[in-house]
Amino acid sequence: MVKTNVKIGGLELKNPVLTASGTFGYGLEFADFVDLNKLGGFIVKGTTLNHREGNPYPRSAETPMGMLNAVGLQNKGVDYFAQNIYPQLKDLDTNVVVNVSGACIEDYVACAEKVAALDKIPAIELNISCPNVKQGGMAFGVMPASAAEVVSAVRKAYPKTLIVKLSPNVTDITEIARAVEGAGADSVSLINTLLGMAIDSEKRRPILSTITGGMSGPAVKPIALRMVWQVAKVVKIPVVGIGGITTGADAVEFLLAGASAIEVGTANFMNPAVTGEIVDYIEDYLVRHNMSSVDELIGALQV
Amino acid sequence: MKKVLVDLTIKEVQHVNANCVLLVMCSETPLPETLPGQFAELRVDNTPSVVLRRPISVHSFDAEKNEIGFLVQVVGDGTRWLASLKVGDKVNTLMPLGNGFTMPTEGGGRYLLVGGGVGSAPLYYLAEQLRKNGNDFVILIGARAAKDLYRRDAYEALGRVEYTTEDGSLGEKGYVTNHSVLAEKFDGIFTCGPKPMMLAVAKYARENSIACEVSLENKMACGLGACLCCVEDTKEGHKCVCTDGPVFSIDELKW
Repeated sequence: MVKTNVKIGGLELKNPVLTASGTFGYGLEFADFVDLNKLGGFIVKGTTLNHREGNPYPRSAETPMGMLNAVGLQNKGVDYFAQNIYPQLKDLDTNVVVNVSGACIEDYVACAEKVAALDKIPAIELNISCPNVKQGGMAFGVMPASAAEVVSAVRKAYPKTLIVKLSPNVTDITEIARAVEGAGADSVSLINTLLGMAIDSEKRRPILSTITGGMSGPAVKPIALRMVWQVAKVVKIPVVGIGGITTGADAVEFLLAGASAIEVGTANFMNPAVTGEIVDYIEDYLVRHNMSSVDELIGALQV
Repeated sequence: MKKVLVDLTIKEVQHVNANCVLLVMCSETPLPETLPGQFAELRVDNTPSVVLRRPISVHSFDAEKNEIGFLVQVVGDGTRWLASLKVGDKVNTLMPLGNGFTMPTEGGGRYLLVGGGVGSAPLYYLAEQLRKNGNDFVILIGARAAKDLYRRDAYEALGRVEYTTEDGSLGEKGYVTNHSVLAEKFDGIFTCGPKPMMLAVAKYARENSIACEVSLENKMACGLGACLCCVEDTKEGHKCVCTDGPVFSIDELKW
């Protein structure tokens, strides 16, 4: 038996495979295709203090090897999650992580406090990088000072594992990573979507109701890999790699670049069974390369 | 209702008009129960510009033969690939998805099924099931011209079919909402087609106090209610067309 478990702060994962927020619903939507308990964990839809309707339709556009979305954090609020969704998830034998977002620091803190009260949620992923909301979201994540400020406020209120999800829409992502590490984050996850745009030339109109949106999918993988590589070199906390991971080999590439775990996003829309397949691939890879532990793979890129 | 991810094998390919192909597929394993109005997400292979599955409504379903039919209109690279498939090719399929039309619980009703263009595809399976349940119906199909229609013999074999064409080449000239069959009495209307047509049908149904269900085709990604891309702005806020729909009562919509 090879060892596939990894640790992200206080969070024990049976394998490094997680799902990216907003691409896996509340997990249950995928239960016909994946044994949820087989995953290291999954990260549920971006959750805010209050109910949000999100942006108007159209909210998505397919682009070569990728897609744009402008959902805008549609969710029914943290209380609805705690009362209606959490009871359905709390007995799963996997880690359910809540992605927390807000329009202002007080909202982030209040939402994190409510999630902290849920026993079986061992961690939150703080979303300071959503490109699709007018207030908060990415605005916090593009400057080191504001990123540190929101992380440090949440850190005081949230005692469990705190993962901070970073935006790639910055000049130097390593600066932001170091700032949130200094503010008390247990881990950084990257990348959130890249700000992009799609135009219908016949109608001479933008395709998304919000004009711009977040780009994801296989097309963004090289950028994500590069950023994970850069960040893993400068922080001491574990890095969670995200961006275009579609196959088991993609996941291994992120581990080699220095990620301790990975999140599968848009690929869930292409193949709803993909996460289970990636778990199997990593195990097979370790056996094939005579490795006894996934730790031998993390940051093992030979340069 | 359990969903499956299954490789279907193409059994029959029929070019039904210049731009539409009927694909009949079969499965080695028993297909799950699939209702009129539900849809499937078909994976498009070997097409670099396409990453997302293509949502296609169920045109026909035969549980005994384990066969499912899809009518594919070529609109872009994804549907072009689907339309190029040959007998024996495999298509990875996620199904059944969505809610389906509300089937009458007892027989004896009389329904109007209004379709436009390729949008009339799910009405074929719906009509077949209505007949099986002892209900009467009239199918009303609108198109630009007679050449844009497809599988007329198959529809006409199910029951009474009326047509409108914009150029008058078949049936009554004009739009479905001007057709004389509307003067007859119906217990309900089911419609699927271009949005302007469905808006007009919904308006007619509301003015005449007839129950009406419409099948929407908002652009979607996952088909499972996870990505929240395909939402329709309903009286109760944004709802996913893929899981809360694709069929909605007009009473739920802001139309």
